Amino acid sequence: MRRTMAKASFHTALNLLFFALIGTGLLALTYKLTHDTITLSEENEKLKLISQIAPTSAYDNDIMQDTVRIAADELLGNDEKTIVYRGRMRGEASIAVLQAAAPDGYGGKINLIISIHENGKIGGVRVVSHKETPGLGDYIEIAKDGWINIFKEASLQSAEEKDWKVRKDGGTFEYRAGATITPRAVLKAVRKVLKYFALHREEVFAEAPQITFDISR
Amino acid sequence: MTSQEMKDIIWNGLWTQNTGLVQLLGLCPLLAISNSVVNALSLGLATTLVMTLSGGIVAAIREVIPNEARIPVYVLLIAVLVTIVQLLINAYAYPLYVVLGVFLPLITTNCIVLARAEAFASQNGIRASVLDGLGMGVGLTAVLTLLGGIREIFGHGTLLSGFDLVFGDAAKALVITVIPNYHGFLIAILPPGAFIALGLLIALKNWVNLRIEERLRTKATQSTVMQAA
Repeated sequence: MRRTMAKASFHTALNLLFFALIGTGLLALTYKLTHDTITLSEENEKLKLISQIAPTSAYDNDIMQDTVRIAADELLGNDEKTIVYRGRMRGEASIAVLQAAAPDGYGGKINLIISIHENGKIGGVRVVSHKETPGLGDYIEIAKDGWINIFKEASLQSAEEKDWKVRKDGGTFEYRAGATITPRAVLKAVRKVLKYFALHREEVFAEAPQITFDISR
Repeated sequence: MTSQEMKDIIWNGLWTQNTGLVQLLGLCPLLAISNSVVNALSLGLATTLVMTLSGGIVAAIREVIPNEARIPVYVLLIAVLVTIVQLLINAYAYPLYVVLGVFLPLITTNCIVLARAEAFASQNGIRASVLDGLGMGVGLTAVLTLLGGIREIFGHGTLLSGFDLVFGDAAKALVITVIPNYHGFLIAILPPGAFIALGLLIALKNWVNLRIEERLRTKATQSTVMQAA
């Protein structure tokens, strides 16, 4: 009796193992078949986003390949290393695309991508992902509203610290009725990134080592 | 399988046992993603695909699965199918992948998929099970899309907005502005709106059912009266 039970359990376990192996095999196969296409479409999507805020006229190198990983920083609002894309014109540093986050949005973190010209002026800002209230705070998305374009050309010099606020708080920046916590968070984060750029310009534009590799793979 | 049986299976999925209105299984995606037609339709179709495949495969291997290990095997199978569908959508329909986000892998945990595998496919043939998965999936998709439409009209005043994200720029022309200069109605887009709209839909379905029954009953009495006369 004991024996047959052990046998039955063993049989069941083998059966499960068999299905697990087949499943794993199928997944591995699909992964392999789709991997290149997925990487390509993700790169394309990123490039599309980058081209919105860093006009191709601003650089002549392959911006997707000229990257550097920078450490997490309080000014960037992130807690992991991020990739910076660098645009160069005739070998001279011209524009950098940084990833940052505003930690204090109404619904939590707002992930941003920001391009800054070599002269410290913003090329553009885009929201990559957020959890703001739909219909109220989501006007920070370019798909919903053009609000985010207010940062174009702005720099640390264009507005003093005390003016770098929404109108409601006595600053010079527009906001849309309904949500002020959201634009406040974005505004603060963008200012901080500009500060980061001013402090770490050398690091951001440092020549890439000959061989670049992505450790996330 | 006779054509009457086939009809019954399909009708079960679309109406009698409709996932969204009667069985009320898999409500998480139903409530979360039905805030616009495009989201609802996309997730509905992805779920239908998974249910059709899982129904067929479970029915095909039901003889070789040991009874006591069947649930883990079903879960494994569904997880594998969902991941494959996810990878394929990620590779060949990237915009759709972005729209569905986390709800695509969550199809695995949608209890309706496991429920149909256990309740139907494990006891029926391949063809019947595929049909059942398809019927249930289409029924769910219909309710999801309807709910998405209602919430989109009340929430944004539009219909079919965002179709261009999935079907390319040509679909931009499809967007219908139902109510021009609409300021939006937030609760319709947020989860409470989904609960309210779903409640109304269920009530509507029950009302239609009652009406049908009533009509059948009056017909029956009429015919008996006729016979008596």
